Amino acid sequence: MTTVTLAELTGRPTGCPFTPHPVVERGRDAGEPLRLEPTPMLPGREDVQPHVLTRHGDVRAVLADPRFSGERAGSPTTGDDPVGVAAPWPGMLLLTDPPAHTPLRRALGREFTVRRVEGLRPAVVRIVEQALDDLEQAGPGADLVAHFALPVPSLVICELLGVPYADRADFQRRSGVMLDMSEAEDVRRRAQQEMLDYTLGLVARRRAEPADDLISRLVAARGGEADDVALATTCNLLLTAGHETTAHTIGLGTLLLLQNPGQLELVRDRPEAVGPAVEEILRQCSVVASTVPRRATADVDLGGRLIRAGEDVVCHLLAANRDPALLEDPAGLDVTRPAPPHVTFGYGIHQCLGQQLARLELGVALPALLRRFPGLHLAGDTPPATTTGAFTFGLTSLPVGW
Amino acid sequence: MSAVDRVRVEADACVGAGTCVLTAPDVFDQDDDGVVVLLTDRVGPDRRGAVRDAVARCPARAIRVQGD
Repeated sequence: MTTVTLAELTGRPTGCPFTPHPVVERGRDAGEPLRLEPTPMLPGREDVQPHVLTRHGDVRAVLADPRFSGERAGSPTTGDDPVGVAAPWPGMLLLTDPPAHTPLRRALGREFTVRRVEGLRPAVVRIVEQALDDLEQAGPGADLVAHFALPVPSLVICELLGVPYADRADFQRRSGVMLDMSEAEDVRRRAQQEMLDYTLGLVARRRAEPADDLISRLVAARGGEADDVALATTCNLLLTAGHETTAHTIGLGTLLLLQNPGQLELVRDRPEAVGPAVEEILRQCSVVASTVPRRATADVDLGGRLIRAGEDVVCHLLAANRDPALLEDPAGLDVTRPAPPHVTFGYGIHQCLGQQLARLELGVALPALLRRFPGLHLAGDTPPATTTGAFTFGLTSLPVGW
Repeated sequence: MSAVDRVRVEADACVGAGTCVLTAPDVFDQDDDGVVVLLTDRVGPDRRGAVRDAVARCPARAIRVQGD
């Protein structure tokens, strides 16, 4: 048995942002059980060494098994800040088990059906085109992350929530501060509080005068003044969950395509390649490299590996997505192959609520970017800087030329 | 090998992910609550691959297929 550090669990080698740490891949291929060293991420569990699962089959088995509880494992945190600024995390649904989970999931799930999400396509197209205009104006050498990858998902969430156009610039500024790990924690907390106050105001406005948007529908479904803070917090969690994840996949996905010019051309020129390309990019990027812990509520035999009741399990989604048992040439990018059932969005009842929205955004943003800048290339000589110590992985900047 | 597969869904287990709709939109739909709706419970050999794909992708394991 090998113990991995938190850095080895979540980190990626410099210059290879699509590869897990070698110890993780070796463990998977050798069938060697891995454990995570005790981590401050799990307060009061300093003696615990969660099992780390790296095989696609094991990851899916555990995430779909009702004997593994999100609730019992508790909230991952970097201190006294459970679901907040220091480690933004869509905690609520993820940390709730059935039966309480089911109606919560249904209530939000209505807003993210294939049909509902498809209805956002014209708005996404418009937002993408405006962001491309902004990038173009910034000129060659501009940072794709700042001008494209970050603003697009944020503005799409604005559209989804029904944030009025006049308020969007402020909304983006506040959410940007909240996400900016280089800002002091009290500054970020203040931004988070301002966001909550803003959303509460929006909830009140929609209660008084309903519009055709998510907040109005949730208000109508929930009813009752006492629910407003919960409702506003939920809406802000949608932003937290759907902003960085999608932004990082846009940034990393662009890098991946630039590294594979033949694949890039297919994505740019062939509409039928876009669907499989989005899945392949999701698989390769796996911006949430590993899941929050689940707690076994019974002894479970995972094909010979025993997980005892009370033990914790972490699923390494990036390793599972590169499992040779899942597909041939897992390290390769091939946008023409039929997509295998990757676990980028997780699996089981907590599988990403916003996954169809993420697919829509990627399917619009990446081809549009490549068509607007046919000569797109990396600017600068150094490998792009990547995030550290966060739950999601991505590029902090990506200077591009054209 | 049978000519037709029978498809069943467990609506109570469904979490509304919609991956079945993306994979085989002629067989699966979602109602307004996001819950799976079976458009047909019999699929021919030409749709067998897509339906089995949907089974594999369903995060709630709510889809079952049986040969007749």
